[in-house]
Amino acid sequence: MTTRIVELRRGILKKNDELASALRASYTAAGVLVLNLVSSPGTGKTTFLERTLKELKSRGLRVAALVGDLETDNDARRLASSGAPVRQINTHGICHLDAEMIGRHLNGWEGVTLGGLDYLFIENVGNLVCPSSYDLGEKIRVALLSVTEGEDKPLKYPTLFNSADAAVITKMDIAEPCGFDRALALRNINEIRPGIRIFETSAKTGAGMEEWLAYLAEARGVL
Amino acid sequence: MHELSIVTSIVESVTETLNSYPGARVLEVRLRVGALASVIPESLEFCYGIASEGTPLEGSRLVVNVLPVVMHCEACGEDVELEGVQSFRCPRCGEPCSDMRQGRELEIDSIEIDDGEVKA
Repeated sequence: MTTRIVELRRGILKKNDELASALRASYTAAGVLVLNLVSSPGTGKTTFLERTLKELKSRGLRVAALVGDLETDNDARRLASSGAPVRQINTHGICHLDAEMIGRHLNGWEGVTLGGLDYLFIENVGNLVCPSSYDLGEKIRVALLSVTEGEDKPLKYPTLFNSADAAVITKMDIAEPCGFDRALALRNINEIRPGIRIFETSAKTGAGMEEWLAYLAEARGVL
Repeated sequence: MHELSIVTSIVESVTETLNSYPGARVLEVRLRVGALASVIPESLEFCYGIASEGTPLEGSRLVVNVLPVVMHCEACGEDVELEGVQSFRCPRCGEPCSDMRQGRELEIDSIEIDDGEVKA
């Protein structure tokens, strides 16, 4: 028996990373700002996105969304009420979106081309663990956290919060009855991702949305 | 948890490499996994047994080498190793750090193979 060591030094998710790089290049070439929204199930990603799409649309901006879910197209139907083109990605049990799924759903999306968009939102599968490993080529990864979830979520899921470019706290309108400790939540987010932009929002009342929309405009401006 | 799909990628990747080593048997697969890669070594090992069944990797060992998070501290001007992933502050000066130098790796480092007969 002759044994030998073969050095590989190969990324396990290399295939995804390569596809994501190609997507990133195509987003940049098309001048579209792409955001990847990640949170637990029930944080309110869809409601937050619905409001965001409506607000951007009313300002004459061209927006679209890809929505990941294990099953059902309920979220896509809800989001379509904003008037923006929305396409559902059913992962059938897979706990995250990957770059291949994004590429496949961008191809042959009737009436939608990257060049015809200002913003593309990707609503990931509700999960705080797995989506953090899969680059979708996005410019901005947004970690969302609702006031009902507990202020220590960032500490429990450091991989996601540390890889995020912006954090959004949702359902601020019910912060008080939930006993939400705002200062603690902000501190925990900053402990995991120092200096991250944090938006305290309520898609219901519209609180914090202006600041969020200003951030989107600014981010698109520097594409 | 996506350990099974990660392990499946490992099996595919190593099987591909084996094309260059006909007849070789895999003894060990060594991974480098960052502390912030959000995979659990025990889950990887568990899934590995299932995913490698019926492949040239069957019966081989999976060794997971976990790498600590290393941040570059602006204030100290040096790379510093974090003790955990609950606070991204420099353990020396206490300043927050955002420039990560190590911790997200998810790589096949190397494989140990049995080449069989020594070629003449």
